[in-house]
Amino acid sequence: MTDRFEAHDYYLMDELLTEEQKLFRDSLRAWLKKDVSPIIEDYYERAAFPSQIIPGLGEYGCFGPYIPTEYGGAGLDQITYGLLMQELERVDSGVRSTSSVQSSLVMYPIWKYGSEEQKQKFLPKLATGEFIGCFGLTEPDHGSDPGSMVTNFKDMGDHYLLNGAKMWISNSPIADVAVVWAKNEAGRIHGILVEKGMEGFTAPEMHGKHSLRASITGELIFDNVKVPKENLLPGRSGLGAPLSCLDSARYGIAWGAIGSAMDCYDSALKYAKERIQFGKPIASFQLIQKKLAEMVTEITKAQLLTFRLGQLREEGRATTAQISMAKRNNVDMALKIAREARQIHGAMGITSEYSIMRHMANLESVITYEGTHDIHLLITGMDVTGIQAFS
Amino acid sequence: MKILVAISKAPDTTSKISFTDGDTKFNEAGVQFIVNPYDEWYALVRALELKEANGGSVTTITVGGADADPIIRKALAIGADNAVRVDATPSDAYFVASQISEYAKDKEYDLVMTGKETIDYNGSQVGGLVAGMLDLPYLPNISKLDVAGTTATAEREIQGGEEVLETQLPLVLSASKGMAEQRIPNMRGIMAARAKKLEVIPAASGEALTEIIDYSLPPAKSAVKLIDPENAADLIELLHSEAKVI
Ligand SMILES: Cc1cc2nc3c(=O)[nH]c(=O)nc-3n(C[C@H](O)[C@H](O)[C@H](O)COP(=O)(O)OP(=O)(O)OC[C@H]3O[C@@H](n4cnc5c(N)ncnc54)[C@H](O)[C@@H]3O)c2cc1C
Repeated sequence: MTDRFEAHDYYLMDELLTEEQKLFRDSLRAWLKKDVSPIIEDYYERAAFPSQIIPGLGEYGCFGPYIPTEYGGAGLDQITYGLLMQELERVDSGVRSTSSVQSSLVMYPIWKYGSEEQKQKFLPKLATGEFIGCFGLTEPDHGSDPGSMVTNFKDMGDHYLLNGAKMWISNSPIADVAVVWAKNEAGRIHGILVEKGMEGFTAPEMHGKHSLRASITGELIFDNVKVPKENLLPGRSGLGAPLSCLDSARYGIAWGAIGSAMDCYDSALKYAKERIQFGKPIASFQLIQKKLAEMVTEITKAQLLTFRLGQLREEGRATTAQISMAKRNNVDMALKIAREARQIHGAMGITSEYSIMRHMANLESVITYEGTHDIHLLITGMDVTGIQAFS
Repeated sequence: MKILVAISKAPDTTSKISFTDGDTKFNEAGVQFIVNPYDEWYALVRALELKEANGGSVTTITVGGADADPIIRKALAIGADNAVRVDATPSDAYFVASQISEYAKDKEYDLVMTGKETIDYNGSQVGGLVAGMLDLPYLPNISKLDVAGTTATAEREIQGGEEVLETQLPLVLSASKGMAEQRIPNMRGIMAARAKKLEVIPAASGEALTEIIDYSLPPAKSAVKLIDPENAADLIELLHSEAKVI
């Protein structure tokens, strides 16, 4: 599949970007078009993870771009991070997920809450992709309510003993290090770095996903795993610690979703102008124009919302609730656009000749993970009313 | 090896072309500019490969205003060591070539490289003019270049085959497809470019010898005529009377 994508910029958002931000984005786009778009559909169909792209993801800045250079990152701003996530998800949400997990859910907590030794040991290797990481919060019986988790660790004097299980963990079967959230004997949540090969630790792959098929998902099973004490993240504990990582990842998802939407819109626009029915391009029918006009309107609104959120985040002022609003709005927007774009493509829209159906199926995961669509609504509801309606 | 690569900005190949000011100016509104592909993919990248193999330096030179800086930064991100921009409107090939040769004349470059043409004006003149002005050998449209010591061996496509040329450094050449593979700037390259020097110098004296009077778009393609396969006579008649090819 040749990648014919052309970017659309209805409100001249590019004028708000620096030359360097555009160069990062455009370089990643060029690499993705060359090395990833041509293979992604095949990997998706086979439900295989294209591990050969990992070094490239590192090389083009997709692993912890905002991590300081002393730890192997690029020390980039939040808008650049967002733009990179947008490009990745323009190609495939699974590729973006790999990068989001590595950046926001693994490198971010190690950088923010890790010891100096942990940072030195893991961050440079995670930045290049030599190490892959995963983030274990969700459990079989605790999804939207992670505070009720049962995975736990006991202080055995010279080490911790970890027991429990995590489910739905992106990258887990290939991970070298897992950031695992577990309760201590007092019931307080801490982050622990569990390394591949530790005795009693396994990470079996989960099969049968109809979504995010080019991303690998698995479990994390801890059966009396002895974890050295220096593997505890010392900087922060409590549910707020994993939730702060989710803020960073959700911010990236808000940008990423715009990427999927742009790809669907671009494909639909091209198809509508080329496909002839009743003697003229289908783009000349009002109902098709309505779809296309609404798509570009929604994409533009999301771009503005997200750009402003990026500025706030760069200034350290973006709230969890503001990030929730953008994640919820943008993923929902992208999913609706994928569905409309699929209709414009007619029967062709269901085939692997086009990326639409893949985006649509992928977005069903994206609308669920990192806080479901409804949970984000409840976060906004709580923020504006001051009353929490979760439990 | 000391290499100078001339790079210029050109509209992206997907740009919609239109004109303003009574068809005397190219309308840049909404147009994305890129590094002219022959300069970037072939000349610059081959220059970097030669530097990596033999040591030395790669400098880029651009005649243009500050609006060319983004493409120069990209060239630095790809790996050029430093850049020079002659701060002037690149009004015609003679003017551009005068500026480049004026800059290069006392700096003892082993190689001066350009793309075989820019994808907007397709003039193919700058390289040859620079060679003439510097009184150096000129190898045009080169698709393969090797350097051993001070001997350069180059290949270029000619009608029906290939020609192999050999000459001594220093020389000027223009690069065509095949000389190198595209390099995409990576994170380290983009970061390294921040610290690289982009020197802006005033134009040396020199004049343009040509002037653009007006632009026009090529005529729109006419509709395709379908002829029944049974009707060879009609086809022959149309090829003769309309297409005028037989
Ligand atoms: C492909 C994929 C990858 C994932 N990767 C990771 C990962 O790397 N790490 C990780 O930790 N997790 C990961 N997850 C898990 C994901 O974060 C959870 O699936 C998500 O938090 C939802 O949890 P759940 O599936 O248990 O759904 P549930 O919490 O059981 O929710 C089911 C439904 O009930 C609704 N609901 C729940 N509570 C309320 C309420 N109070 N009020 C109203 N409605 C409510 C939800 O909105 C949802 O519609 C991944 C999931 C997927 C699909």
